[in-house]
Amino acid sequence: MNNNLKEQVLRSSGVNVLKCMRCGKCSGTCPSYDEMEYHPHQFVYMVEKGDIETLMNSKSIYKCLTCFACVERCPRNVEPAKVVEAVRLAAIRKQGNNHLIADNIPEMLDEDLPQQAIVTAFRKYTK
Amino acid sequence: MQRIGVFVCHCGTNIAATVDVKAVAEALSHEPGVVISQEYQYMCSEAGQNLVKDAIKEYNLTGVVVCSCSPRMHENTFRKAAASAGLNPYLVEIANIREQCSWIHKDIATATEKAVILGKAAIAKVHLNTPLTAGESPVAKRALVIGGGIAGIQTALDIAEAGFEVDIVEKEATIGGKMAQIDKTFPTLDCAACILTPKMVEALQNEKITIHSYSEVSAVKGFVGNFTATIKKKRRFVDETKCTGCGLCTEACPMKKVPNAFNLGLNNRSAIYIPFAQAVPKVATIDPNYCLKLRKGDVNDKVCGKCAEACTAGAINYHQQDEYIEQKYGAIVVATGFNPINLDKYDEFAYNQCPDVVTSLELERLMNAAGPNGGTLLRPSDKTHPHKIVFVQCVGSRCDDSKGKPYCSKICCMYTAKHAMLIREKYPDTEVYVFYIDVRTPGKNFDEFYRRAVEQYNVHYIKGMVGKVTPKADGTIDVQASDLLSNEQLHIDADMVVLATAIEPDKTARPLATMLTTQMDTNDFFTEAHAKLRPVESATAGIFLSGACQGPKDIPETVAQASAAASKAIGLLVKDSITCNPCVAHSNELMCNGCSACEKVCPYGAITYQDKEFRMPDRTTAIRRVANVNPAVCQGCGACTVACPSGAMDLNGFSNSQIMAEVDAICK
Amino acid sequence: MNTFTYYPGCTLRTKAKDLDAYARASAEALGITLEEPENWQCCGGAYTTAKDEIATKLSAVRTLNAAKEAGRPLITVCSACHNVIKQTNYDISNDEEMAAKVNNYLKLDEAYTGETTVYHYLEMLRDVVGFDNLKKKVVNPFKGKKIAAYYGCLLLRPGKALAMDDPENPSIMEDFIKAIGGTPVIYAQRNECCGGYITMEDKAQASKRSAKVMDSAQEQGADMIITACPLCLYNLKKNSGSDLPVYYFTELLAEALGLKEANNE
Repeated sequence: MNNNLKEQVLRSSGVNVLKCMRCGKCSGTCPSYDEMEYHPHQFVYMVEKGDIETLMNSKSIYKCLTCFACVERCPRNVEPAKVVEAVRLAAIRKQGNNHLIADNIPEMLDEDLPQQAIVTAFRKYTK
Repeated sequence: MQRIGVFVCHCGTNIAATVDVKAVAEALSHEPGVVISQEYQYMCSEAGQNLVKDAIKEYNLTGVVVCSCSPRMHENTFRKAAASAGLNPYLVEIANIREQCSWIHKDIATATEKAVILGKAAIAKVHLNTPLTAGESPVAKRALVIGGGIAGIQTALDIAEAGFEVDIVEKEATIGGKMAQIDKTFPTLDCAACILTPKMVEALQNEKITIHSYSEVSAVKGFVGNFTATIKKKRRFVDETKCTGCGLCTEACPMKKVPNAFNLGLNNRSAIYIPFAQAVPKVATIDPNYCLKLRKGDVNDKVCGKCAEACTAGAINYHQQDEYIEQKYGAIVVATGFNPINLDKYDEFAYNQCPDVVTSLELERLMNAAGPNGGTLLRPSDKTHPHKIVFVQCVGSRCDDSKGKPYCSKICCMYTAKHAMLIREKYPDTEVYVFYIDVRTPGKNFDEFYRRAVEQYNVHYIKGMVGKVTPKADGTIDVQASDLLSNEQLHIDADMVVLATAIEPDKTARPLATMLTTQMDTNDFFTEAHAKLRPVESATAGIFLSGACQGPKDIPETVAQASAAASKAIGLLVKDSITCNPCVAHSNELMCNGCSACEKVCPYGAITYQDKEFRMPDRTTAIRRVANVNPAVCQGCGACTVACPSGAMDLNGFSNSQIMAEVDAICK
Repeated sequence: MNTFTYYPGCTLRTKAKDLDAYARASAEALGITLEEPENWQCCGGAYTTAKDEIATKLSAVRTLNAAKEAGRPLITVCSACHNVIKQTNYDISNDEEMAAKVNNYLKLDEAYTGETTVYHYLEMLRDVVGFDNLKKKVVNPFKGKKIAAYYGCLLLRPGKALAMDDPENPSIMEDFIKAIGGTPVIYAQRNECCGGYITMEDKAQASKRSAKVMDSAQEQGADMIITACPLCLYNLKKNSGSDLPVYYFTELLAEALGLKEANNE
C-alpha cells in the first residue's frame, strides 16, 4: 500500500471514493467490461484501499473508453472514469512509461483515420 | 430588590465534561441580585428540582435562572417546579449551556467563559421578567384528516371511535389511496382489497365521519383547538346525493379512450368513470379533459350528453360549479401519502422506451384480479406470458442528491420479494431475477419472508446493479448488469423488467405545509416535533402526522402511526379548553401611530385597528387609530414587534427591553 | 445575435472536410454567420479530467476567450471539440482553483472565468434557428427515410457539463431528423460509446463496440445513421463490418436545404 500514490490519485481525480455504496452499477453499465482485468467498481475500491500499483500495472487503464457512462449513471456521483484516468496518468507520468510510442504510429495509420484519433491517443497515452 | 437563584446543571458529563460548572456557579454568584448559586449533577431530576423549590421558599426568590439544556427540552419542567413552590412560572429563565455551548466547544476554558456569559444574559433578562398569567381558549370538537389513504382512514376511524366528528378530505374521486391499487400485502400475502375495502365502507357508514372526496383543502387559518379550514369540493359534474353508482353512465359514454389513472394508464376507461368497483363514495365523476361535451367549452351545445340520458337518477349536472365549505376544527391530521418518482432521469433502464419495463406499482395492477388483464400477468406490449422477469432494486433511492433521493425507500425490498414469490407461485415456468445492493428486511417476519423467496421459490438474487436495459427488435429486453460476487458482467434476455422505483411525498404536501406553517425536511417529508419522543406530532401545535407523509412506511407501520396520530388528536379534542401562551404581543397605544405595518405581517390575523379617544394636552381629546391584539389568537411569533416602526408593539416575556438587557450583558 | 464565433477543429480541416463545408453552407442558407477566429489551436481531442493537468486545457480556453473577446457565442460542430470545450468551460466556471491556475498561465488582459456561451451546431439549429423554421426551408425532405441518430458518448456526457439534452433519452437529433422530413429510429445503443478513442490502441475492441451500435440500429430498421463526430463516422464505417451507410448530419442538412445534389431517392 502506497499512501503517496493514493493521495496523488485522489487529488488528481477529485473523486471522493468513500461515497461509493458498492452497488456495481458502473461495472454493470461499462461497455469495456469484458476487456478489463479490473473493472470500474474495483478501481474505486482498490483506490480506497490504497492498492494503486496493481492498477497501474494492469492493461485495464488503457481499456477504458472514457465514455463517461459510469460517471453519468453512478447513483452516488462517484465518477469512476475520473479515477481510471488519474491512475493512468500516474502510470504514464513515470519516466519511460509512455504507452504510445511516436515511431510506432505510422504503421497504425490508414488514409481515413481522422487526426482526432492520433491527437487523442497522444493525450491519453503519453506524457 | 431582586432575589435571584442560579442553578447550574452538569447534565452528567454532557455539560460538565466541557464546562467547569463549579466555576460558572461561582462566577454567577457575584452578579447583582443573585442570592444563591448552586450546581448539581442532574437539575431536571426530582432531587435537582427540589433544590430549586427549596431555594425559592428559603430565599423568597423573585427570579430563577437554570443553566442547562435547551429550553425546548426542560423549560416546562422548571416552570412547573417554580409554580409548585409558589413562584410565577414566567419568572424562570433558561440559559442554554448544553446545545449552544458544551456540545459545540472542545476547549474547557472557552466553553466555561461562554457559559458564564450566557448565564449573565439570562440573569439580566430575569431582572425584567414580570409575572404572566396564561388565559384559556376553547377547543373545537372536530378533526380534519387530509388524505384518504389507509393512513387517513385509520386515523379517522380511531378519532370517530372516541366520539368526535372527523372530516376526511381526499383529492381523488375515491378514498383508498395507494393500498387500493396493491394486489397482495407482505409478509402474509393477504389481499389488500380484502382488508382495505371493509375499512373504506366503515368510514363511509360511520356517522361521525364525513368524506369529502374529489376535494382539497384550500385555506387554513387559526391555531391549535381553533383552526378554520376551507375545503374546495371540485366539481365532478355529478350530484353525489343523487348518484347511485349503478355505472350505466360509464357504459353509455362514447369516449372510451381515456388512460385509466387507477390502473396507471395500463388500460383505458370512459370519460365519466367510477375509479374501481369498491370505490367509496361509489359516485361517478366526469373527467372534463376528455368529456366530449365539456371539452367543447359551451355545455349548452347539443353535443353528446349520453351519460345524462342514461342516468335514471338525474344525477348528471354539466353546470355544476366548485363548492367551498368552511369548517372549524380543533385538530388537523396530515395523511397526504406518497407517489413513485418520475423515471425520466433514469432512462438507462429504458422505462420511457419500452412498455415491458414497468414500475413495481404498475406490476401490482398487472397482477391484480381487478387490473387490466384480470389478474393474468401478461406483457403490456404484446399480451404474452413473460418467461423471464428481472427486478431492479433501488431505482432512484439511496442516491447522491444530484442523482435522486438520498434516502432508502424502505418498502421496496419486501414488495419485490413478494412480487418474485407470487410470480414463481403462480407461474413456475417463469424465471425471476432480483438485482440488489443490500436486502433490507428489518421487520417482524420480514427476513424469513425474503428467505422463503430464495429457498422455497428459487428466486435468483444477484448482488449487483443493472447498468443498461436495451429493448431489442425481437421483443425481448437485454439486461446488462454486474454480478459482483462472481465478478462478471451479465446479460439476461428478459421478457419484462420491473423497477423498484423510489417513493416521494405527494406533490400537494409542500403547499400544504406552507398553509399549515409546519416544517418539512429537504425531501418534502413532514418533520416530526421530536424524532424519537414525539414522532406523530408536527412542531406546530394541533397538527399531527400520519403515514408516509412523514417518511417511507409500509402498511403495518403506517397503520400504527395513524392510530398514534389519532390518539394524540383525541388527547387534544377531549379537552374543553387549552391553556394559551401568555407570551403574546400587546401594543402601547400612546406610541402606536396607526400605520398597519403589524397587521400586515401578522400570520394569524390577531391584530385589528380601532379608533379610540385619547386625552390630549390642554384638556382636549382626539380620536386616534391604534392597533389592538387579540391575545387568544396571537401565537407570540414576534413578527409585529419587528415590523412596528414606532416601537409600540412589544411581546410579553420577550420585551424589547429584556432582549436589549441580554445583549448588553453579553457585550459587557 | 446571428453571428457566431465558429471553431471547426483540426479534423474538419482535413479528414472531415464534408462535415465542415456542409455546416458552413447550411448556416449561410439559414441566415447564420460563422466567423472563424484567427490562429485557433487544436482542442486536444479528449478532455483530461485530472485536476492536476492544466497545460492540456489551455488551447480550449484560448478558443473560449477568443469568442469572449469577439463578444459572440462560440459554435462547434465536431462532437469531440464540443465535448472538450464545454467540459473546459464548465470546469473553469465551477472550479476556482483551476480557473486561477489557467489564468496564471495565460496572462490574458482580462481573466477568463467561463463567460462564453457554447453551442453545438445542433443546439444552434434547435435554439437559434428553431426546428420549425428549419422545416419550412427544407426543399428535399427525406420522406420515408428511416434515420438513426447516433449520439455516442461525447455529445451527451457528462450531462451536467454538456447540458445539451437528456443524456439517457435525448431528442435533439431525432427532432432534427423530423425537421428534414425523415423518420427517426430509436435504438438502445444510440448513446453508448462506439469505442472510437481506442481504435489505434485496440482495433478488436473498437470493432466489437462499433458493430454493436450498427447492429442495434439495423435491428430497428434504420436505413442510415447520422453522427456529428468524425471519429465515430470513421469507426462505424471502417471497423464495424456493417454496410449501413453513415453520414454527417450536416450532409443531410445541406441536402435537405437543396445545397447538395440530392441522392436521397
